[in-house]
Amino acid sequence: MNLRDTPEEAAFRAELRTWLDENLPEERRGRRGGEQRFGDDFGRDWSRKLYEAGYAGLTWPKEYGGAGAPYSFQAIFYEEMARAQAPSHVGVIGLGMAGPTIMAHGTEEQKQAHLSKILSAEEIWCQGFSEPGAGSDLAAARTRMERRGDVFLVNGQKVWSSFAHIADWCILIGLSDPEAPRYKGLSYMIVDMHSPGVEVRPLRQITGEAEFNEIFFTDVEVPAENLLAEEGQGWQVAMTTLLHERGTLGFALTAALEVGVDRLIEVARERANGDAVARDRVAQEWIELQALRYTNYRSLGTYQRTGIPGPEGSAIKLRWSEQNQRMTKLGRELLGAEGILDDGWWHYQQLRSRGNTIEAGTSEVLRNIVAERVLGLPKGR
Amino acid sequence: MDFALTEEQQELKSAARAWLSERYPLDRDFDAPQDDRWAELAELGWLGVSVSEEEGGVGLGFVEEALILEEMGYALYPGPYLATVGFALATLGPEERAAVAAGTTKWSAEIDGLVPWLGSVDEVVGMDGAAHDAGGEEVATVDPDRPAGRLAPGDGTSLAGSRDVARARAAMAAEAVGIAQRVLELAIAHVSTREQFGKPVGVYQAVAHQLSDTYADLELARSLAYWAAWCVAENDDQAAVAAAAAKAFAAEAAVTACERSIQVHGGTGFTWEHPLHRFYKRALWLHGTGSRPTALRAEIADAVIGAPVPA
Ligand SMILES: Cc1cc2nc3c(=O)[nH]c(=O)nc-3n(C[C@H](O)[C@H](O)[C@H](O)COP(=O)(O)OP(=O)(O)OC[C@H]3O[C@@H](n4cnc5c(N)ncnc54)[C@H](O)[C@@H]3O)c2cc1C
Repeated sequence: MNLRDTPEEAAFRAELRTWLDENLPEERRGRRGGEQRFGDDFGRDWSRKLYEAGYAGLTWPKEYGGAGAPYSFQAIFYEEMARAQAPSHVGVIGLGMAGPTIMAHGTEEQKQAHLSKILSAEEIWCQGFSEPGAGSDLAAARTRMERRGDVFLVNGQKVWSSFAHIADWCILIGLSDPEAPRYKGLSYMIVDMHSPGVEVRPLRQITGEAEFNEIFFTDVEVPAENLLAEEGQGWQVAMTTLLHERGTLGFALTAALEVGVDRLIEVARERANGDAVARDRVAQEWIELQALRYTNYRSLGTYQRTGIPGPEGSAIKLRWSEQNQRMTKLGRELLGAEGILDDGWWHYQQLRSRGNTIEAGTSEVLRNIVAERVLGLPKGR
Repeated sequence: MDFALTEEQQELKSAARAWLSERYPLDRDFDAPQDDRWAELAELGWLGVSVSEEEGGVGLGFVEEALILEEMGYALYPGPYLATVGFALATLGPEERAAVAAGTTKWSAEIDGLVPWLGSVDEVVGMDGAAHDAGGEEVATVDPDRPAGRLAPGDGTSLAGSRDVARARAAMAAEAVGIAQRVLELAIAHVSTREQFGKPVGVYQAVAHQLSDTYADLELARSLAYWAAWCVAENDDQAAVAAAAAKAFAAEAAVTACERSIQVHGGTGFTWEHPLHRFYKRALWLHGTGSRPTALRAEIADAVIGAPVPA
């Protein structure tokens, strides 16, 4: 157990810090995120810059455009990005979900075709999992994938698909065999969002912005080679995606939270310095931030040793989402009347945080997962 | 950067688990006098884990001691290991340390005017940082294994130096983690077998989700406790805030874990016969000994926000 940087880690951290100082324009620090990210070309340009400097896909293999670095470098990357309040890479779904899934289940051609483009933000990806009738119960997905020789004919509707309005590719789960028992009839494919028959309709969110969308598929022809794994193995592939969605994102989530807690401390210093109750609540948020940070480190340590993320990782998304909601609400509260003004960072973050306990597995579903898979409680559901 | 336990640390933890569970099983007679097996602890080297080899110790550090303390929480170990190793050891001189490692002296320290185990230790680090002979009236506390007494008034200031306070807090956090772990395991075992309405009660989400929340609390508490232990062992700049954070969070987590465990045990959990209440009482003892969580958070607020400026 050693929390200090190794000489290599320290060198990497110093180099990254200098790079951020030199390359990140002051006015882009601490921006609020959301739709604004895509208001101009900055997001993609910035992502490309990260890629060219070797900071995108740090842990991905070199042959696919990554840096082949140890996981601790990824952790340092997120820490330094948070410290600089730097905007994240725009390819959230590609980096966090599509890429790792293709790496685990894809063919060599698929890896060559997509992985480096995900890193360079040439390809933006979206995730087509949820449907009107299949949210928490993903296995109930009914989007039809019908085999017609060398192609699949795709028909159906997806919903809540983040970034679909700007996406080039989609990881899609659907039903290829309606006769098969539950789980066994599902297949998983990658779909070109520019194919004929794909229609995207933005959905306006609580924040007023439209970051997620409905996707309609009407007789979309998808080449059979776009399957990930075999026909009928979609459920196993989807589990890989969700593992990454809930697992490896821990550092990114905690880094974002750290930016928020730093701001919260500033607000408290300026607005509520003598308020003992406020100070207690701010200290509690600081403590829980550290708790999440060091839980990430523990999970990482287990991962580096065994290749499997530790079970403690399953608690991270659950607690992160709840903390982000509490923290943003507290920030707004401490701002007093200013907290209800519509233009601020806190206003946006607090509203956006309500999605955190719904996206990537609702808190109720995550508690079920902890109960059944981590604690081994009897299954009744 | 590597925050996983090393193989040696894991082995030590397993050895402590095995030794303690054999000697302090949960079906023991808790109401009879408890043997602290001090000579055996000395022989195992666990009293001198952080004492140098020249002084007769093992030459490891506080992280390893914290792992033993965690297991002592898990087993409800009755003796004054926390007081000797967690509270006093770091303030002692070379000869005194050697005597601790050899198992010849038990120590405690004055905390908030109280000396835990006053009647059963040999010496006490007093409020002035100097050693005092133990002895004096003991009173019962919420934890029957942990009576406390008062030294004569006017003995000076609290545990010498902020690092020792941090160490004491980190030690209590480690015990609290062990308690939370054990009462969660007891709850899991109970709700997996106890049936009502034709099903094990653990299938009901109102029950299961309480335990999922305990698990999340536990893992977060563990992370803070190990962080604090490492900071104390390394004399890191963050030792004071880390230990305050760990003690505040872990003590609350342990108390809540016990309360949830009692709840999901139903009536059984409310009996004297079931050991749950003993874990609960130890958790309450940890919660109330040294600074309470709100006081610890006030210290953290001072560190991260800055001292309060009156409005
Ligand atoms: C901001 C945001 C971004 C998203 N982005 C994407 C995306 O990019 N791609 C994508 O595919 N999806 C996305 N989603 C969708 C998200 O995955 C689903 O909303 C989520 O899985 C819940 O499904 P649902 O909305 O149908 O709610 P439901 O599943 O209908 O749930 C309703 C309520 O019932 C509870 N519930 C359901 N089942 C159980 C159970 N077994 N036990 C206890 N409680 C239960 C839920 O917790 C919830 O409180 C996004 C959602 C949000 C909010």
